[in-house]
Amino acid sequence: MNNNTDLIEYLLRLGDSALIQGQRLCQWCGKAPALEEELALMNVGLDLVGQARNWLEYAAELLGDDRDADHLAFRRDERAYRNLLLVEQPNGDYAVTILKQFLYDAWHLEVLKGLSQSSDERVAGIAAKAVKEVTYHLRRSGEWVERLGDGTEESHKRMLAAIPEVWRFTVELIAADDSEQRLCEAGITPDIATVAAAWQARVNEIFASATLPVPAAPSYFYLNARKGLHTEHLGILLAEMQFLPRAYPDATW
Amino acid sequence: MQPGELIASDLGARPAQPTDLAAAWATLAQVMDPEVPVVSVVDLGIVRDLDWQAGHLHVVVTPTYSGCPATEVIESDIRDALELAGFRAPQLERKLTPAWTTDWITDIGRERLRAYGIAPPDGSTSKRSLLGESPVIVCPQCGSAHTEVLSEFGSTACKALYLCVDCREPFDYFKCI
Repeated sequence: MNNNTDLIEYLLRLGDSALIQGQRLCQWCGKAPALEEELALMNVGLDLVGQARNWLEYAAELLGDDRDADHLAFRRDERAYRNLLLVEQPNGDYAVTILKQFLYDAWHLEVLKGLSQSSDERVAGIAAKAVKEVTYHLRRSGEWVERLGDGTEESHKRMLAAIPEVWRFTVELIAADDSEQRLCEAGITPDIATVAAAWQARVNEIFASATLPVPAAPSYFYLNARKGLHTEHLGILLAEMQFLPRAYPDATW
Repeated sequence: MQPGELIASDLGARPAQPTDLAAAWATLAQVMDPEVPVVSVVDLGIVRDLDWQAGHLHVVVTPTYSGCPATEVIESDIRDALELAGFRAPQLERKLTPAWTTDWITDIGRERLRAYGIAPPDGSTSKRSLLGESPVIVCPQCGSAHTEVLSEFGSTACKALYLCVDCREPFDYFKCI
């Protein structure tokens, strides 16, 4: 057993979430509704994949078993992944894509702000770099939620339909388990109550501006990403993402 | 000693000469950013420090964006340039903290960006606000301040796409970060 298990699990959670969200964004490549959005989606995805690499490289070092970040990204099975359930949900229409991005960005920014003060120097360094990029991500996704919510009759209708598609997965964003509690006590991660309150405040503000109703706080969900229990969508996503490296393990670019 | 080496030796190691650091800085001032080939890695503030450690030149670099696809190319270009200039086996260290900021771009770097057609970062990062107005940027082609933002993300993650309403040319703006 590894002394660093709690931290490794947390790094995987951050890195896997960024990686899977990056992969979902890639699926819009060549098909985005407008050229400017095509650029935006791919650039946000690139930032996230870069951040994922930073987190996974650190996790690989702590694991100390000869796996590197590539191995973690491309050779782990679904049950070993620790990403948020929210980011593995399918892209759906643009309303669902934007809403998922916004809810993730709002959480991601608060978590990164807290991690920039981490007692672990490496974590603080990676987070301080990422927080600047995610500030731009949130600005963009927040503005789009407002634009679509307070837009045409069609866009408003689609945003309303998008909320129940993803809302139940937000329960993970605002609760911590024992492992994360221990990390918080060690000063490595921020207090989840602070993150949750800031997330809720941001959601309330943007939804109000977008003329969208904020649903009641999400309650218990039967799956648990922290234990590798994912929705049916992750397996399919990984099959596509991992096919090439698994089929040609010795290939180099 | 690295795995696979039969003999441990450090042929490249040598004591520092008085002219070494100045020569190294001058060499790196000629290593251009692969995406914007008019501005050097020194002007961009990517090379943070140079010193001499254990008989080798030691270079501290800070990557710009987490996902910048040019990071490895830049490091490899730095290494190649230094080797060509006579520095054997330079040691590159990637330092994440403090995080890279556009505040580190030199005035010469900003001028070169503008001449190339990319509007340089406006002011300093301390004045930015989240969810606020995009800054008013001057068109690098015609100098007009009558410009509008088309997209927060341009040809690369570090740039935004603007349009000049007067001369009708689109241009990239290097975002403040």
